[in-house]
Amino acid sequence: MAEIKRYDNRLGIAGWLSGGRWGVERYAYILHRITGLGILTYFLLHILVTSLRVKGIYLWAGHGFMHQPIFRFMEYLVFAAFAYHASNGLRLVLVELGFAIGKPMEPVYPYKTSLNVQRPLLVCMAFLTLGLLAVGAYWALTK
Amino acid sequence: MGGTRSWTWHMAAAVVLLFVLGMHMLIMHMAGTGHWFAPYGTEPSSMRNSLFRDENPFFIFAYILLLGVALYHGLYGFRTIVFELTLKPATEKAITIALAVIGLGLFGLGTWAALVAHRIALAGAGG
Repeated sequence: MAEIKRYDNRLGIAGWLSGGRWGVERYAYILHRITGLGILTYFLLHILVTSLRVKGIYLWAGHGFMHQPIFRFMEYLVFAAFAYHASNGLRLVLVELGFAIGKPMEPVYPYKTSLNVQRPLLVCMAFLTLGLLAVGAYWALTK
Repeated sequence: MGGTRSWTWHMAAAVVLLFVLGMHMLIMHMAGTGHWFAPYGTEPSSMRNSLFRDENPFFIFAYILLLGVALYHGLYGFRTIVFELTLKPATEKAITIALAVIGLGLFGLGTWAALVAHRIALAGAGG
């Protein structure tokens, strides 16, 4: 079997965090990763905490351990991460499947890149995220 | 080809998650107002309401589905991020195996807990 040629990822983690000349989509990508890792961390702990109910331990119920203000705030952060990750993920799935990036065309100046064609989708995603964050904040504050 | 198939599953899992996790969050945090699957008091996450949902096989199925889909999506996403660091093939293989073991272990734990909780809730309901 032929050996795959591998190139060094010279930028490393610094490359993940810097948008450089890639524009706003690159920052959306960085935030997608950060929120994804945050949700994954929460989810792994959530499995362990909810599994404790077989021993009769309901940490989230009543006025238990998970009802302290710091946990309520962190719960909102998880919701915010979910709202962003889901909205941006929906955009990524649409783009991956070829929607909202325009049709192939002759490269005639001035060029119209697919990045610019899908920008309205990014704006819609941003408004959807802000809407969800506002509903979540209203709910958390009035509960 | 295997990578393309895994990536397609990753996207499919995301779409399933959007609905199942969205429902989970709605039921756990906002259902108290309309008493959707939370007939006792206004706190959907109270012990009595948790037991009420654990009695229902639909919820047990939904928990297990959510667990499997979320573990696959999350751990495959994590693997993708780590692999961008251009690791040695042996390291990549070790990471894949480790994540598969962690994923299957947590899936086993969560499934077992959901089934035991269902049995406890049924025993409680039966007196």
